[in-house]
Amino acid sequence: MTRYLAGRFAQALLVLWAAYTVVFVILHVLPSDPITLQLSAGGADISQLTPAALHDLKDRYGLNNPVLVQYVHSLWHALHGDFGMSLTQNVTVGSLIADKLPSTLELTAVALPLMLGGGVGLAYLAVFVRWRPARTVLARLPAVGVSLPQFFVGLLLIQVFSFSLTWLPATGSDGWRSLVLPAVTMSLIGAAMLAQLLTRGFDDTWREPYIVTAQAKGLSRRTVQRRHVLRNACLPALTLLGIMLGYTVTNSIVVEAVFSRNGLGQLTQQAVLGQDVPVVQAIVLITAAGFVLVNLLVDLLYSLLDPRVASAAGAG
Amino acid sequence: MPDKPVFATATRDRASTTVAADPVAASPLACAAAVISAEVGLIGSDAAGEGAAVARRRLAAGTRTGRLARRPGFVLAALFVAFVTLSALVPSLFTARAPSETSPTEKLRGPSTAHLFGTDELGRDMFSRVLHGSTLTIKAAGGAVLIAVIAGLAIGVLAGFFGGWVDSLLMRVVDVMLAIPILLMAMTIVTALGFGLLPMAIAVAVGIAPGFARTTRAEVLRVRSQAYVEAARTGGASWGRVLLRHVLPNSWGPVGVLAVLDFGAAVLLISSLSFLGFGTPPPAAEWGTLISAGRNYLITSPWLALLPGLFVGLVVFSLNHIARSLEEVQR
Repeated sequence: MTRYLAGRFAQALLVLWAAYTVVFVILHVLPSDPITLQLSAGGADISQLTPAALHDLKDRYGLNNPVLVQYVHSLWHALHGDFGMSLTQNVTVGSLIADKLPSTLELTAVALPLMLGGGVGLAYLAVFVRWRPARTVLARLPAVGVSLPQFFVGLLLIQVFSFSLTWLPATGSDGWRSLVLPAVTMSLIGAAMLAQLLTRGFDDTWREPYIVTAQAKGLSRRTVQRRHVLRNACLPALTLLGIMLGYTVTNSIVVEAVFSRNGLGQLTQQAVLGQDVPVVQAIVLITAAGFVLVNLLVDLLYSLLDPRVASAAGAG
Repeated sequence: MPDKPVFATATRDRASTTVAADPVAASPLACAAAVISAEVGLIGSDAAGEGAAVARRRLAAGTRTGRLARRPGFVLAALFVAFVTLSALVPSLFTARAPSETSPTEKLRGPSTAHLFGTDELGRDMFSRVLHGSTLTIKAAGGAVLIAVIAGLAIGVLAGFFGGWVDSLLMRVVDVMLAIPILLMAMTIVTALGFGLLPMAIAVAVGIAPGFARTTRAEVLRVRSQAYVEAARTGGASWGRVLLRHVLPNSWGPVGVLAVLDFGAAVLLISSLSFLGFGTPPPAAEWGTLISAGRNYLITSPWLALLPGLFVGLVVFSLNHIARSLEEVQR
């Protein structure tokens, strides 16, 4: 078991390092350099600067060194939690992110239970409703949820609940009332995917021979569902849950743009609009780290929940 | 003389009984295919095997399209996607108004028969703007899927065919790419390349290519171990020939389904990217840009943002539905 853990941990670190490298290559080795990008995004022309001034500017951000030196340098600093200075705002990237992260985490903390409840509830309804038309509608509903663009859902909710019914505020980030609509928007895609996965899992598991055995023993439909079907169908759902949790930052980008919330997603949008390379790099690294960490946890949970995985890990 | 009509009814009777007896040969096309294969069977044993195989394949293809055509949902989705594609290629076919034609007297009108999607703050017809926007969005999404399919096929075939360290290296790179969420990956690439249609297409392509690489590799590995590939190799065919004639044609199914599915994903991603402001500069407008602009009038004129948004949702839903139907029929 210890060997399995150590192996998984080393693998996670390796993926993280590789993700950092891929992003570095995309942002630094492509034809343009951060200063030119940033100046042109700010509306200034690179030719307005004297060569000496440009040289000084590049020196300050260490861009005159060979790319390999820059890479080692930035990796070394990133390992110590130092992501450099933002190009657009005169603060360190670390403090910028620390400033915005809580608001996004708060949003996720509300959205995740909504997603779980919505997904599991819908899947249960789809299994238990006997009336055929309702069953068909319930089975199709997740496919609709997956297809609707997040910004459309967000704007629709604002139109209905903020402007027409005036129940909830449309924008801002004060109090729980302003959290409801963004959290619902954020949870929708995950809930739909979860419902799709669980419905399919339930349908497949109901056809297994051991379900027939359980029914032959005289267990009720409800007991079979709870004791046998749910337990077996929920394992893939756990993986999906991990992925959705790992996608926190990505999910928040559009939602925070629609609801004008001041979080990590909005920071990402602004960083890309201003072509602020250090900020983009740090955000991708943090996202990848979250993704890898959550998946590591899911793998460990698997070995706790599923005896087959545990014995395979113990043997290997 | 009375012999002839009797004979005719007898054959017709026999034909109807065979059709009734064989549930697979329910359609006339399948029936014809079965007759052809039976006729070929009389000619000679060598040609018979091949002819029967061809007929069987035709029969399978016939029933497959037949099964698809019998699904009303699939037909509706296919018709809608065809309409969107056609309007993307020739927008003037469905709307006479120019997308940039302003009319100050008709500002912010609601949807009506004259203006299906209403008009915006400058009196421009929204339906025309959405259709002209599909030219940009569909072009970018199509380009992205094309690049991703080519790159994914190349990586998948290389990995699946050579195996060993080439396979491990390529698959580890793919794993790393998959660890970065697609939207974030696309935004990183947009940061490096700048804004506009082409950077967005490339960014989305890089985001979805790893999925293609994985699927292609799995298919190549599956087909590679089939007996007919071994037979072709033993028969002296080169690896290149085996790849082109045997492996690729048999790997199309899942890759094709993924391509349709990812086309929908690409439409969503490109709309999101342009909604966030990384698209082409005005007055040209992709779907996402239209929705983002319409947002400012959400209180007074909700149709400006909501109708184009619904349109995007319908396109993606139709594409997903087509992909799922194809997958179910292939199984």
